[in-house]
Amino acid sequence: MDLLSNLSLGFATAFTLQNLAYCFIGCVLGTLIGVLPGLGPIATIAMLLPATYALPPIAALIMLAGIYYGAQYGGSTTAILINIPGESSSVVTAIDGYKMARNGRAGVALFTAGMGSFFAGCVATLVLAAFAAPLSELAFKFGPAEYFSLMVLGLIGAVVLASGSLIKAIAMIILGLLLGLVGTDVNSGTARYSFDIPQLTDGLGFVAVAMGVFGFAEIMANLEQKENRETFLDKVTNLWPTKTDFKRMVMPILRGTTLGSVLGILPGGGAALAAFGAYSLEKKVSKYGHEFGKGAIEGVAAPESANNAAAQTSFIPLLTLGIPPNAVMALMVGAMTIHNIQPGPQVMTSNPALFWGLIASMWIGNFMLIILNLPMIGVWVKLLTIPYRHLYPAILVFCCIGVYSVNNTVFDIYLTAGFGILGYLFMKFKCEAPPLLLGFVLGPMMEENFRRALLLSRGDYTVFVTRPLSACLLAAAAFLVVIVMLPAFKKTREEAFVED
Amino acid sequence: MRIKDKKDFASGLMFIAFGAFFAILARGYQMGTAAKMGSGYFPFWLGVLLGVLGLIVLLKSLAASSEDHDLGKWDWKTVLWITGAVILFAVILQFLGLILSIIILVFFSALASHEFNWKQTLVSSLILIAICYGAFVWGLKLQFPVWPPFLVG
Repeated sequence: MDLLSNLSLGFATAFTLQNLAYCFIGCVLGTLIGVLPGLGPIATIAMLLPATYALPPIAALIMLAGIYYGAQYGGSTTAILINIPGESSSVVTAIDGYKMARNGRAGVALFTAGMGSFFAGCVATLVLAAFAAPLSELAFKFGPAEYFSLMVLGLIGAVVLASGSLIKAIAMIILGLLLGLVGTDVNSGTARYSFDIPQLTDGLGFVAVAMGVFGFAEIMANLEQKENRETFLDKVTNLWPTKTDFKRMVMPILRGTTLGSVLGILPGGGAALAAFGAYSLEKKVSKYGHEFGKGAIEGVAAPESANNAAAQTSFIPLLTLGIPPNAVMALMVGAMTIHNIQPGPQVMTSNPALFWGLIASMWIGNFMLIILNLPMIGVWVKLLTIPYRHLYPAILVFCCIGVYSVNNTVFDIYLTAGFGILGYLFMKFKCEAPPLLLGFVLGPMMEENFRRALLLSRGDYTVFVTRPLSACLLAAAAFLVVIVMLPAFKKTREEAFVED
Repeated sequence: MRIKDKKDFASGLMFIAFGAFFAILARGYQMGTAAKMGSGYFPFWLGVLLGVLGLIVLLKSLAASSEDHDLGKWDWKTVLWITGAVILFAVILQFLGLILSIIILVFFSALASHEFNWKQTLVSSLILIAICYGAFVWGLKLQFPVWPPFLVG
């Protein structure tokens, strides 16, 4: 069995003392930022990217992955206890989870979320291991035209399912692509948009852009709002669910895991969408559908399993095709390039220990998280009492140090400050920033494949539609756009994303 | 004519400005042909596309069918304090070193909050210095001027 030998290689890699330690650190940090409102995984991973320089690549990736799925756990804690979803993927958990907390069942809700996430994480790890190999085989058949079309599909997929205006989201992608082109053009050696500033000829710093648009802008937006929370911090007593609770949570967890695993793989899928999908599915099929919104345990179990499953399977497109399906995965691309690993199908063959080690570490990480979260819930709950005014100067300090240490230059700090203001404008104009980051990462790759495809076809644009694989991918992208434009879908989409 | 959706109107203008900026500058680079693209080809057409999308967003914001949206409240004071504190940090880092710069960054950014408190800010800056020194200078061995260079030589 290939799968077994691969997995055992993975576990052998992940079970070294060093990698276990970084996995643990990642999980702790992830839970921490998930719990702390106003600090998302995108900003945190961007903040910690430079800190992973000194680490070996596998340890760095294990730690960053741990932050990502750890944040999914932590986010649900705040959603349940204080009705503030730490992550966008916990928005739906807050609906029934918070109601359960108000009914005095906070502990049970937390336990359900933890169990669901753990189970989903285990299954998703297996899915990842099983699907990775065949998909990378497929990727080797891809030429430049196919890669270009795949990126188009990925980018379109990432925005049609997001909230807000579709045109604005696409415009944000294009702006991201353009920002990604700043710097020296690899083909001609021309420095583009650099204005003779030497630091700009290497391109805009990835960390600076991400940190400015997410980290700084989030702080500014958070400071505008007054702190105001109603909490159930002292009411976390009985964790253990009753027998009926157990019975009621089994099927939702299974369905949530399945749906989440599928949606995570799709371009543009990801945790938030999976959680929402699982919640609405459960509401339809469950015989307790009428209890939804009033504290139904299914309303916690299903979305929590789904978002964790999706968080993990969204690594599949990244690891096999080299295409990040969401903004966090775009950061993982950044992390891999920092360590001179070109994400894509060749990672699995050229660096199997890294590939399978990362996958195995996810299972280990999930196990650590359940221990971190359930018995130690009291510690995390205490953290919720830290007021934001003590938190944000700390975030600023870490951001500045992080940005500086990428290239040891203060220029990047100025750049981050500039992008912080830009990010604030985006928020005020209701333009979503995650598509911009995706575009920014894919910009150079997209131009390269676009150029190569047209070079091979001698300037014939039909190459994108005459090659069958490429045509299918583009057709899928067009199909997505058309569906979203349909009035019926538009309405449900708007309803789906009404958060309050 | 009345602008109904001011948020979209402003975004449209922003996209057009960015699109024009990238497209116009791209004209200065080698354009080439589709088969043999120069460095200006891809950014030029992306810039044009961005401008067109911006125009659509802008026109839609004027349509009678669009919803009313104001630009909302702008808290420039916070933006300036935060951005200013960060820029100040960057300026003084080389001259005053990491430790003093952290204190200054924490104090200036804390002033952006409505509930500033001297003692608490001092405590949190000391804690941050301890964490940063431990994690970045001692643990990860990142290169920083820790103390003012003119003091330690």
